[in-house]
Amino acid sequence: MNWFDSWALTLVVFVPVVGMGIVLLLPREEEQAIKMTTLLATLVTFGFTIAVLCRYHYGANHPGLQFDVNKSWIDVINSRYHIGVNGISLPMLALSPFISLLCVVYSWNHFPDPHNPKAFLALLLLLETGMNGTFVAQDLILFFIFFELVLLPMFFMIGVWGGPNKEYASIKFFLFTMFGSALMLLSFLALYFKVDVTAVTHGAMHHTFDIPTLAKAHGQGLVHGTQLLIFGGLFIGFAIKVPMFPFHTWLPDAHTEAPTVGSVLLAAILLKLGTYGFILIALPILPEAARSWAPWIGLLAVIGIIYGALNCLAQKDMKRLIAFSSIAHMGFVMLGIATLTSFGINAAVFGMVAHGLITGMLFFVAGSVQHNFGTREMSRLGGLLLQAPKMGWILGFCVMASLGLPGLAGFWGEFPAILSAFQPAAPLSEAVFRTFMVVAAVGTVFAAGYLLYMLQRVAFGNVRDEFADAHIHDVNLTEWIAWTPMLVMILVLGIYPNLLFKVTDVAVHPMTVAIGHAINR
Amino acid sequence: MNPAIDWHAFAPDAILVATVVIILVADLLLPNRNAWQTSRIAAVGVLCALIPVFTLAVDGHNRSMFGGAYVVDNYALALKGFFLVVAYITILLSVDYISEGDYYQGEFYFLLVTSVLGMSIMASARDLVTLFVALETISIPTYILAGYRKHDRRSNEAGIKYYLIGVLSSAVMLYGMSLIFGLTGSTTLSGISQWIGTHGSNAPALLTVAIFLSLVGFAFKVSAVPFHFWAPDTYDGAPLPVTAFLSVASKAGGFVAMLNIVFFGFGNDGKAWWWVVALLAAFSMTLGNLAALRQTNLVRMLAYSSIAQGGFLLVPFAAYGIARDASVRTSAFQATIVYLLIYGAMNLGAFAVVIAVVRRTRTSDIESYAGLFATSPGLALTMTIFLASLAGIPPLAGWYAKFVMFRAIIEAGAHSNWAVGLAIVAAVNSVIAFFYYSGVIRQMWFREPVGDDQRRVAVPPALGAAIALTTVTVVAVGVYPELFARVGDLATRFVS
Repeated sequence: MNWFDSWALTLVVFVPVVGMGIVLLLPREEEQAIKMTTLLATLVTFGFTIAVLCRYHYGANHPGLQFDVNKSWIDVINSRYHIGVNGISLPMLALSPFISLLCVVYSWNHFPDPHNPKAFLALLLLLETGMNGTFVAQDLILFFIFFELVLLPMFFMIGVWGGPNKEYASIKFFLFTMFGSALMLLSFLALYFKVDVTAVTHGAMHHTFDIPTLAKAHGQGLVHGTQLLIFGGLFIGFAIKVPMFPFHTWLPDAHTEAPTVGSVLLAAILLKLGTYGFILIALPILPEAARSWAPWIGLLAVIGIIYGALNCLAQKDMKRLIAFSSIAHMGFVMLGIATLTSFGINAAVFGMVAHGLITGMLFFVAGSVQHNFGTREMSRLGGLLLQAPKMGWILGFCVMASLGLPGLAGFWGEFPAILSAFQPAAPLSEAVFRTFMVVAAVGTVFAAGYLLYMLQRVAFGNVRDEFADAHIHDVNLTEWIAWTPMLVMILVLGIYPNLLFKVTDVAVHPMTVAIGHAINR
Repeated sequence: MNPAIDWHAFAPDAILVATVVIILVADLLLPNRNAWQTSRIAAVGVLCALIPVFTLAVDGHNRSMFGGAYVVDNYALALKGFFLVVAYITILLSVDYISEGDYYQGEFYFLLVTSVLGMSIMASARDLVTLFVALETISIPTYILAGYRKHDRRSNEAGIKYYLIGVLSSAVMLYGMSLIFGLTGSTTLSGISQWIGTHGSNAPALLTVAIFLSLVGFAFKVSAVPFHFWAPDTYDGAPLPVTAFLSVASKAGGFVAMLNIVFFGFGNDGKAWWWVVALLAAFSMTLGNLAALRQTNLVRMLAYSSIAQGGFLLVPFAAYGIARDASVRTSAFQATIVYLLIYGAMNLGAFAVVIAVVRRTRTSDIESYAGLFATSPGLALTMTIFLASLAGIPPLAGWYAKFVMFRAIIEAGAHSNWAVGLAIVAAVNSVIAFFYYSGVIRQMWFREPVGDDQRRVAVPPALGAAIALTTVTVVAVGVYPELFARVGDLATRFVS
């Protein structure tokens, strides 16, 4: 292993926090220097990510972790600094620095009140470290630290730069997630003490926090009842983050109040931490409990799809509508995961990336609409295509992608997820999952309904009298720089989905085979 | 018999005694305007006492004196080091506060260092009598310190309340101890442990009563619910550096006494008492948190928060009582020590910021923190770090304290489902706790500053040093917990 391979991921995770350190040392008045430092830090991070993508071995004979680093960290509790990526985490790791970089570009001259770019960008960099770290952590405690690290920066982003109801939204976001992660931590500890890894490690260890090792043990030494309980703790922790019905109530508030960049990061990356947790930790480590829970997860997923869609139809605020559409879309991802099939989980990972790009874009556009018109009330808006045609077309493009138009990325997250429910993994009831499939398919019709409704209200029609004389900017330079890469990716993944599927399948396939063995034992 | 005295082992205590005497004499000789110099003597004395702690640690021998009543081992040294550092930071907090407030300075530092002497002895005490003497040496100076704002009636109330409750708890504890001595025929903890080991299963019910009484005494000292009601009034009334000292050092002193007596004395048979500790822990966490939610005064909020933190600290004791195997006991022991160290750093830090802000605002209302981020971003940032750490949010040191606590109790879950129940109570409480800590954070960050005076809050160098020291500790330990975990591990080596 050469120098780069052993340091690449560490650099991707910690360069942003070093950038934050420098930003904190700069005086508040030096706004240009602060922006440049942040841009540089996120660019360098993204550069390293590209290098990782280039040096990654994509072949089917490399299913395991790459860029693997396993160093001592907290010996006393047996927790190690173990990081690495495989086909599941690689797309997520690519997404996070990508979106973060574009967010820095977008915020260049879009700082909401009370301005203060220094604090805003410092928090953004800290957030990026947390997000990147979560996607590479291969140790439960390390995962927990990074998972929690994103909370405070997002709390401050919503609370300081948010809308009128920011205090309520920020504390609600924080308390929900913290409650989930407290139960998650207890579950991690229970996994540590209860799962017997003696056989897997050939007697070297009895207990471990190491995720790949625990995954190999398949919950050995756990009676079924305990497995179910521990899975329950993990489920609540991750389901709050996703968010799944009925743990979703924090999301619309957080999204509505958050500043644009906060909403984008929340939708594009933070929600994925939950689904990623299911795929990385809950399913492989506790396969038997996953089988018992799967129908219930599937049920909550389709409830989320329908419930999210119905709520969307009743929304007046653009951002709130997009937030509820997130709940519906994440329902498709969770449905794919609940099938426990390689088809479904591949679709889920694709859905995570696609939703990240598309919903991220929708929030960007909503932010710019708010910036221009000073409101996101759909009843007051109209005629965006006349006043700012480029922005209107971009909104139309994203709406089409979001409702799952074939040829754009959204389709490949939604359609295979629905299809995968036709034939769930072996012992799961086909009748139940096929019912879910039908309900989810109905959900796509709703999705088309509410998204087109939004497009119609905002983009079509005549210019409202209220804004007839308003000075409306069409897409400006920083917006073009920030948005073009995302729009291109939505199109590329839509036309050639195999680009992503062939990466994820290498890791997903052996994982589902192992789960299949464990649940049919 | 003339016992051989190992002067090296005694050196930290001896240096503290010398410091106490020098402060008294210096105060007598120094003219009034130079009385602040006593703070320097105290600081230098405390730092000097750290030197033999280091040399003893390097030396590494376990030293035992007076028939096992006074022991210097890694555990004792770790705690002595902790107490001395806490004392040093407390002196840093006090320098400006005391010299600006027209207090008697020499006596203040005299009392402070005397109390620290008691703590240093406590770390080594392995005998009921030594333990009691150490506890009183800790407590009596703090009764006076709590009432140090002589012309303030709240401070008088603080002093008298603390004194009466303290004396009452000492009496209860002493009665319990006398019963234990009567039953076991021994005052040394090893002797008591041996007796319980052999008679454990058919010990008379009186033993349970005796243990219960002494635990109640400690519960007063560490302000565990329902023996906590003195704490908020005392914390509120006492001068702020004294409050910091009470909530960290004096509380830790009580916990160390409890560690000694429970882990070295009653440890062999947990059935009789684990449920008492578990109940104390659950009540302290829950009621402490619920009361803290309603506070509008930051110092009172921190008082209730320290009651809740005390509840978290009691959880590993319950784990120790529930479990019978060595692995859990080691975890529980480590958890207590590591939690104490981390709690000390973050709570002192929080009080340091409070003292800095109070110098300007003259009030500790939570609302007076509105907009601190806009006026003094540095103080707001460090305060946020301490509060988030107290709430247990990674990557700040508090998460590791909570983590080892959870680890101990979950590991004990193999022996009793009650342990899992206690773990869930603790988990829910750690979420509630964030709500009130975040109340202060919200004021600092989300609100506009009020009042005319919107200059940056000036921080005197000593206070700044204390804030810097604690911030660095909280962040460094949070990112790399091995720093403190190693101390806990070393201190635990001999328990098995």
